[in-house]
Amino acid sequence: MSREVEELNRRLLRARDAMDRAYAQPLDVAAVAAVAHLSPAHFSRCFRTVFGETPHRYLQRRRVERSMFLLRETGRTVTDVCFDVGFASLGTFSRTFRQIVGQTPSDYRSGHHPVGVPHCALMANTRPRTAAAPAAA
Amino acid sequence: MITKLNVTSIYVLDHDEALDFYVGKLGLEKGNDVQQGSYRWLTVRVPGADGTEISLEQPGAPLHDEATAAQLRELVTKGALTGLVLNSDDVRGLYESLKAGGFTDFTQEPTDHFYGTDMGLRDPFGNAVRILQQGSPA
Repeated sequence: MSREVEELNRRLLRARDAMDRAYAQPLDVAAVAAVAHLSPAHFSRCFRTVFGETPHRYLQRRRVERSMFLLRETGRTVTDVCFDVGFASLGTFSRTFRQIVGQTPSDYRSGHHPVGVPHCALMANTRPRTAAAPAAA
Repeated sequence: MITKLNVTSIYVLDHDEALDFYVGKLGLEKGNDVQQGSYRWLTVRVPGADGTEISLEQPGAPLHDEATAAQLRELVTKGALTGLVLNSDDVRGLYESLKAGGFTDFTQEPTDHFYGTDMGLRDPFGNAVRILQQGSPA
């Protein structure tokens, strides 16, 4: 049993790595699931069990983290940043960014400056968590 | 005064597969390989240097009961444990030679930063390995 779990984990990790590596390209669940040699539905289910969120959400957080980096460290426009990190529309980018970070891309940019931390640590550790849901009324 | 990081360790799932990767593919050298009963003290290190020994530890008895060992193996394979950062004098060359050898488990292709050029990959079990070439990229 354990060996099967390990082997599945390893394949799911390989698919997750593919998202981290190719976030800037158009990716859909089917393409990422293929990396793990699983059907899209089975892949999404297993991914969520192992990593605690859907593959879609994982990819969104990777893209938003990369956009936060570009907003902080470069002068590229919000629209350029949006397409740089793999979003297909500015509307989706702005909505997703606000939902995850809790502020707009422009507001985020004006409040943040470059950070002097090695890139790998930055990528791993500044990835935004999903913003806490508003307190229930 | 502490003078050196002498030994660090990572969990691997199979000693021989680990050797094949760390020595055969990445080019580290085998350090100690000592069998004592069921325990195998196996280390790799940066060749030529008076470097840190990296102990390759398989989860299991007598340190771990089977349930704990299984948990550790699951954590390794989902990439949840820590990894290594190694330095190289030619990251892009290593990337090309790994790729030419059929290796595909890159987490990041060589990328330039203000502090150097680095790439990311996974060992066969899921541990993260980053390889850095320090200094401003040309």
